[in-house]
Amino acid sequence: MSGRPLPRAVGLLALVLAACTLPFVLSNFRLFQFSQVYIYAIAILGLNLLTGYNGQFSLGHGAFYAIGAYASAIMMDRWNIGYGWTLPVAGVLCLIVGFLFGLPALRLEGLYLALATFSLALAVPQILKYFEHWTGGSQGIVLSKPNAPFGLPLNPDQWLYFVTLAVLVLLFWLGANLLRGRMGRAIVAIRDNHIAAEAMGINAALYKSLVFGVSAAYTGVAGALSASVIAYVAPDSFNVFLSVTLLIGSVIGGLASIAGAVFGALFIQFVPNWAQDISKAAPWAIFGVFLIGFMYLMPFGIAGGIRLLWTRATRSRVEPEGRSAVPTQAHTTT
Amino acid sequence: MDIFVQQVVSGLATGGIYASLALALVMIYQATDVVNFAQGELAMFATYICWSLINAGLPYWAAFLSTLGIAFVGGVVIERLVIRPVENAPILTIVMVTLGLLVICNSIAGWIWTYVQKPFPSPFPERPFKFDNIVFGAHDLGEIQVTLLVLLCIYLFFRFTPLGLAMRAAAHNPVSSRLVGIRVGCMLALGWGLAAVFGAVAGMMVAPVLTLEPNLMGGVQIYAFAAATLGGFTSPGGAVLGGFIVGVVENLVGTYVSFIGTELKFTVALAMIIVVLLVRPTGLFGTTVVKRV
Amino acid sequence: MSALLDVQALEAFYGRTKALHGVSFSMAEGGITTILGANGAGKTTTLRAISRMVKTTGRIRFEGQPLERRATEDVVQLGIAHAPEGRGTFVHLTVEENLRLGAWGRRERGGLKDDFDRVFGYFPVLRERRRQAAGTLSGGEQQMLAVARALMLRPRLLLLDEPSLGLAPLVVREIFRILKTINQTGVSILLVEQNAALALDLADHVFLLETGRVVMEGPSDVLRRDDAIRRAYLGY
Repeated sequence: MSGRPLPRAVGLLALVLAACTLPFVLSNFRLFQFSQVYIYAIAILGLNLLTGYNGQFSLGHGAFYAIGAYASAIMMDRWNIGYGWTLPVAGVLCLIVGFLFGLPALRLEGLYLALATFSLALAVPQILKYFEHWTGGSQGIVLSKPNAPFGLPLNPDQWLYFVTLAVLVLLFWLGANLLRGRMGRAIVAIRDNHIAAEAMGINAALYKSLVFGVSAAYTGVAGALSASVIAYVAPDSFNVFLSVTLLIGSVIGGLASIAGAVFGALFIQFVPNWAQDISKAAPWAIFGVFLIGFMYLMPFGIAGGIRLLWTRATRSRVEPEGRSAVPTQAHTTT
Repeated sequence: MDIFVQQVVSGLATGGIYASLALALVMIYQATDVVNFAQGELAMFATYICWSLINAGLPYWAAFLSTLGIAFVGGVVIERLVIRPVENAPILTIVMVTLGLLVICNSIAGWIWTYVQKPFPSPFPERPFKFDNIVFGAHDLGEIQVTLLVLLCIYLFFRFTPLGLAMRAAAHNPVSSRLVGIRVGCMLALGWGLAAVFGAVAGMMVAPVLTLEPNLMGGVQIYAFAAATLGGFTSPGGAVLGGFIVGVVENLVGTYVSFIGTELKFTVALAMIIVVLLVRPTGLFGTTVVKRV
Repeated sequence: MSALLDVQALEAFYGRTKALHGVSFSMAEGGITTILGANGAGKTTTLRAISRMVKTTGRIRFEGQPLERRATEDVVQLGIAHAPEGRGTFVHLTVEENLRLGAWGRRERGGLKDDFDRVFGYFPVLRERRRQAAGTLSGGEQQMLAVARALMLRPRLLLLDEPSLGLAPLVVREIFRILKTINQTGVSILLVEQNAALALDLADHVFLLETGRVVMEGPSDVLRRDDAIRRAYLGY
């Protein structure tokens, strides 16, 4: 849905304004859930950058989420640093860690990178428990939710909702600009045909590592936000299940899509709850059915499905061009 | 020295289980480029079916063989019904479907049979074997024999039967296979059937040791990933060998290295995966795929 | 004489791109027809259309039977063997296994030994290499293997895509000589070739494709003498 920027901008603004009204109509618990959605959306956008736009499979993004969360928690708990400051610090920290991880990962393609990141994800809870002195071991670190500044008449949940929404809008806007620019074109070129990209002078090694870093930074910031929103970090919250959940959100939402990150976040936040409402006895079975059903109906994710409907409505048949490992449709930056 | 030999044999026994599951993973990966994340859960489900058959009064080996048959049919049906609708979708989409299968299997198993651990019988005698002063568990020896027997049958099937040849061809080069008249879709379904059989063997062999519960195969699957990584995801023989090596190494490390406690249960597997990926990503016997630009 | 193969108004698509724009031709039984044309003209696509490897509209009849709704595997069972562009050998399997697979689509079971003998008769080098992995054969040997595998089907129609590609002239000449012999046993051949001289020698009927359309067709000895063809495709 590129082109026609003005109606789009107006539409997005309307959405954001609508989102701003929610704290005054929803309960604290629902606001907490929506804050969580925004946090997941940021994390998933990070993953989308790496896997959707750049074609590097990561089954370990939970690790960066954990680094961000713990970095923020430790800064707040030990050194009394304000939660706001922990966000950029967590981001930069994860940028560096991600970049460094991206370097050896350059040698690994597809399945092998997935295995490496999967192993990383499996190791995270154990590593966190091992460094007890910093992380508080199995018991984790208990934090307190910040109050709204300047005496604004908002309770912590409402305030945090606005914070996460603001960070979401900012990071999404940055992400969209990044993808529209030179770096965006380079990383997509590398995904589609990395040998040809290199032959055209793109430094694939540099860009791939950079994308790893940026992707990790996004997910790290999300993790840092979650530390404040949940007000608690513990190793078992950051197990391999988290990484898999983020990947599910990514694919369901639509891999090479910015809007997809939000759709995916909504899915992973709310569908498990619906599943539990439908069946107390086997809720995950229902979740699995939803997951499979979505993939049947929309193999390119929700964003892909919407795009397909849109082009079908506005002109004649679209056919996806051959099969790729990553569910994308050619040249998209939605 | 005695302890060393004991631990090696014990390691070969668990290694056989990893080898079976790794073979299942590699078979499907070779044919479709998809890692079937649900393989372990399907194996667990098959093991529960065997348990139910035994509880209904069937003697062990009758239940065992029936379960293999049921697993085969189950694998074929799942491929045709669940995977086929997305067979031309991007790989990550298919992976999502296998993840969906994983949670469905796990959840339904818990619903039908509850999460209470159940003992699972071993067909092998209680008394250990003594050979030259070294004591071997009968279950370990029996496990190795069963695994080797199954692997032998499969090897013979693939090497010497026309159907086995057609399945190899379909995995290797589906386009050319169609051009000689092979129904690649059917071959794929058969592949899933066979993979389910290997998984079932692994499940039924490991259940007496770990006790039967819905999360039976979680750890085994991770070790199977390590085995397939070590041996090479593109080499069935490699995956099998990888399984035995991983089993032996896990056992020896557990015996001789003191700080590997239960907290660091997967450390050996993870360390092996990382080391192999850093040094030789395609594994001992895997081949790199040459792509034309 | 009813046509062995009859193609009417064939259009072929790769995704949304149309590669063939209404190709029509027919082949008589027992003949050798060659499709000539530059790169990208649609020659390989035409063969793929017959083997049902691309989306098409239009009619394709083989021995009176419509092929449009059939899958590739079914077309093979009707007696059409296709040796594709790039040979399509199963490189990890042995020569013998490749040949065995060639017979998979055959209706009549049994008689495998006779087929092996016949095929080794045409290509003795394959008998020497029967237990070798197909990927270790030279280009010429792989081409022979591709033709041999197609013959194992006991096909009535053989589709050959650029058999001369990448091969030394002597080897190519040998292969074409054998193709003539095969044709004399009653196998019709539809040949796609860029080597126009050799193709015109072998074939009795020719048609010329240009950007997905048939621009010229006729008996090979007539077309061989045509000035335009000589200049464009034979280089003199």
